[in-house]
Amino acid sequence: MAGNGKSGSLWELLFGDSVRAFGVVSVLFLISLAIAPAKNYFTQWRHYQNQYLKMVRGRGEAITLQRHFHGGIQQIWLTDLAVVDRCTTCHVGLKEVSLVDVGRQPFRKHPVIPHTLDQYGCVTCHRGQGAATTVEEAHSSTLAWEQPILSAKYIESSCGQCHQGEVAGTPQLSEGRRLIGRYGCSHCHTVKLADGTTLKATDDPPSLSHIADKTTREWVYAWLKNPQAYATTATMPNFKLSDDDARDISAFLIANSTPREGDALTLSQKPAEDPTAGASLYGESFCASCHAVQNAAGNLVGGDVGPELTRVGNKVKPEWLQAWLRNPRMYDPGTAMPHYRFNDQQVATLSGFLVAKTDSDLLANVHLDPATPEQIGHGKRLVADYGCASCHEIGGIKKPENFAPELSRIGSKPINQLIFLPAMPRTLPDYIAGKVRNPRAFAAGLKMPQYSFTSVQIDAITTALLSLNERSHTLPPSLIMAATPESSYEPAGKAGQLMHDLACFSCHRINGHGGDMAPDLTWEGSSVQRKWLQDFLKNPNTLRPVLIRRMPRFNLSDGEIYELTDYIMTVYQSPAIDRDSLPLAGYPQVQVEQGRQLFYSKYGCQSCHIVDTKADKGYIGPTLTQVGSRLTAAWIYNWLKNPQALRSGTIEPNRNMSDEDARALTAFLMTQKGAGTQEARKR
Amino acid sequence: MTSRWLATGMVLSVMLCTGCARRAESSAAPKATAFGSALVESSGGKQTTGVGMPLPQPVVVQLNDDQGNGVQGALVEFSGPAGVTFDPVNGLTDSSGQFTTTVSVGGMAGRYQIVASTVSKAQKKVDLKLEEIALGYQEGFGRQLNEKYCERCHNPESTPERVSNYDNLEVKPHPFSEGDILNKMSDADLTAIITHGGPALNKSPLMPPYGYTMSKTEIQALIAYIRAVSDPPYKTPGLVYAKN
Repeated sequence: MAGNGKSGSLWELLFGDSVRAFGVVSVLFLISLAIAPAKNYFTQWRHYQNQYLKMVRGRGEAITLQRHFHGGIQQIWLTDLAVVDRCTTCHVGLKEVSLVDVGRQPFRKHPVIPHTLDQYGCVTCHRGQGAATTVEEAHSSTLAWEQPILSAKYIESSCGQCHQGEVAGTPQLSEGRRLIGRYGCSHCHTVKLADGTTLKATDDPPSLSHIADKTTREWVYAWLKNPQAYATTATMPNFKLSDDDARDISAFLIANSTPREGDALTLSQKPAEDPTAGASLYGESFCASCHAVQNAAGNLVGGDVGPELTRVGNKVKPEWLQAWLRNPRMYDPGTAMPHYRFNDQQVATLSGFLVAKTDSDLLANVHLDPATPEQIGHGKRLVADYGCASCHEIGGIKKPENFAPELSRIGSKPINQLIFLPAMPRTLPDYIAGKVRNPRAFAAGLKMPQYSFTSVQIDAITTALLSLNERSHTLPPSLIMAATPESSYEPAGKAGQLMHDLACFSCHRINGHGGDMAPDLTWEGSSVQRKWLQDFLKNPNTLRPVLIRRMPRFNLSDGEIYELTDYIMTVYQSPAIDRDSLPLAGYPQVQVEQGRQLFYSKYGCQSCHIVDTKADKGYIGPTLTQVGSRLTAAWIYNWLKNPQALRSGTIEPNRNMSDEDARALTAFLMTQKGAGTQEARKR
Repeated sequence: MTSRWLATGMVLSVMLCTGCARRAESSAAPKATAFGSALVESSGGKQTTGVGMPLPQPVVVQLNDDQGNGVQGALVEFSGPAGVTFDPVNGLTDSSGQFTTTVSVGGMAGRYQIVASTVSKAQKKVDLKLEEIALGYQEGFGRQLNEKYCERCHNPESTPERVSNYDNLEVKPHPFSEGDILNKMSDADLTAIITHGGPALNKSPLMPPYGYTMSKTEIQALIAYIRAVSDPPYKTPGLVYAKN
């Protein structure tokens, strides 16, 4: 009753008569009208803009900064990129060059990048919600907005949305793409790129159709159990197979193997046990240019083009190894290994040296009983289950199509479609990194094998994968910077066959095709003298003493050398250089002397090159002691005028040399005929 | 009577709260069994990495006692500005008195001061400050150019993959970390010497000109890198305004 009375009196008080009611309603109406402006007044962005103005006031360039400042909500609107970015509302000083000393967000100046904010907006690179106007909604994943800001660690992935090829200044993206190629991810996962191409693997998994020629079932078993136990650098992942599964797969692979036709697996000579001769032949043949071996200190020494050879004696059968050394193309026609012309004695020495490279622990505990038909059948099913034929050619097994999920848009996969591990941050980058780190942890029965990447490698791979996203595929085509496609150049004729046989393209690049370990030979015919090339092919002596990786000696016959030299000298000519425009010798002494002065004083060439082995010490460029008998004068002259025009990317600086200086230096260099090396040869 | 109960209750609840807080803290950090008195850097200071990335080498600090011997089992804790992460953030020193952690820098380019700290027997805080460098896009691009064009002469350290040419040069180039000298050179000076070679500033002609090889953008990136790694740090000269 009392309550009723009270509320009754309150009602009376406020709405007792029409005047009161009108007054109260008016006040309520006014208050409700004030809500919107008040909300607007107390927004976060207004707070930041006021703070910015306060900060700017104390600075020397305050007037300039205040003139640049525009209050209210700012927006970058790019219709073709579907960008509506209001980030600059709070990040007020992004374009202010003079704010370089300000460390406080949101007022920092944007670091220098090759693009402008007006061109691409913010979310194109940083992700996040461009249209949001509160800190939380712009940067985090909230109920209404899913796309959080991209962590700085992975920012290079955004460059990869447009730049499908190599970009300067993005080492992590490049490394990630290299790893994805090298570890053959695209054997199982299809990856369509925004430039219309499909990602290709750069590895070359061996065919297993003839594996019994090469190795034993015991080794296959040990390898399947843990590839990295055999070679730390192995790119094959660990499938975490049970003992029984590894036993059955090895049984199947050996039983399924057929002998390679025409490959004579015979021991021509017993592998020689002469470690000194073996080591010296291994060194002379520059096997280490491509193959690594662990030294006594546990460090890997050598290249990574071919497989690591630390324990190769545990793997290969001696008769297979000898056949391989005689001619690797008999077993694997597409191998990157050159066909050295070893004689029987050399084959025996080298095979003896290699089969001695064993690790007694590797196969010590592998004891396999003869395989039963059930085991072989089970092995075959497992090979199909694990998709072994995605990477390896296996006789009688078809390469599965789309064995694993397509990754063309993995970088924008919605979070609600992901299954996270407990205690894992719920973001896409963390999911991808977690998946690469430990793929089988996400559910029972997953097939993706375990790789042994370092965390730096995982970050790089994650960066490269994040660049494969929806935005990349929906960009205006004019923005896509397609990768330079690898040319399909193949030299023709007999010399072409010879170059294929010697695997020149494993190291050298010609007309956009081939490796990058050794010099590009596209203009080699304009560059070198015929006599030098012949001598070099016969006995390659190094031009750069500090390099570990060098041109091997292939023991070519005179006929083969003639064939190759002739082809290189005739075909690989630069249209810009007339080889015979300058003489090889006979320059006036005055000009030579002038060239010497220029070499040592004006241009300081001795900081990188050696002409006089006693006085000069420069180790960066090739030694020039015999350059006069190696290069043509026309090449030297043109090179001095503009090195990058002849070989793009070479580090020798363009000196913008006058014609006169270039001619004098050419004259001086052509007198360097290498008396020293002739003496050495006599010795 | 009631006020006494109340006071006791309050004291108890405060003790309980602090007790809980302590326990929560100690569950993260292991309990120290020993104390040292001086923290020194073993390795890992002054490293360079990309923004948001881990440093290439772990940071190792050494805790010594008054005699300069390593102390085992003392608690060392790392801290740093927002965005810097440590793995692990704290732990006990090993048998030689060392504690190792992997550090990732924050998302903004610049220098990050990280602090390793421990508590001495007398409950005094002992700190060791280290500085790490995060490179943004421009400085990172500059680092790539440095590796391609400059480092072979300007970095005295040799690696198996890259033999240094430093010792072969009659006039020694300045390593880019030599802030004492390089900080005195303005951006214009550095641009001149890179573009036109040593003689542009009356220096050795062994430094060749790169103005026809590198673009302006590349030279700017290179200078940004040189500034980023200089030791002591480079300070941008303030803008000078006319006063009325």
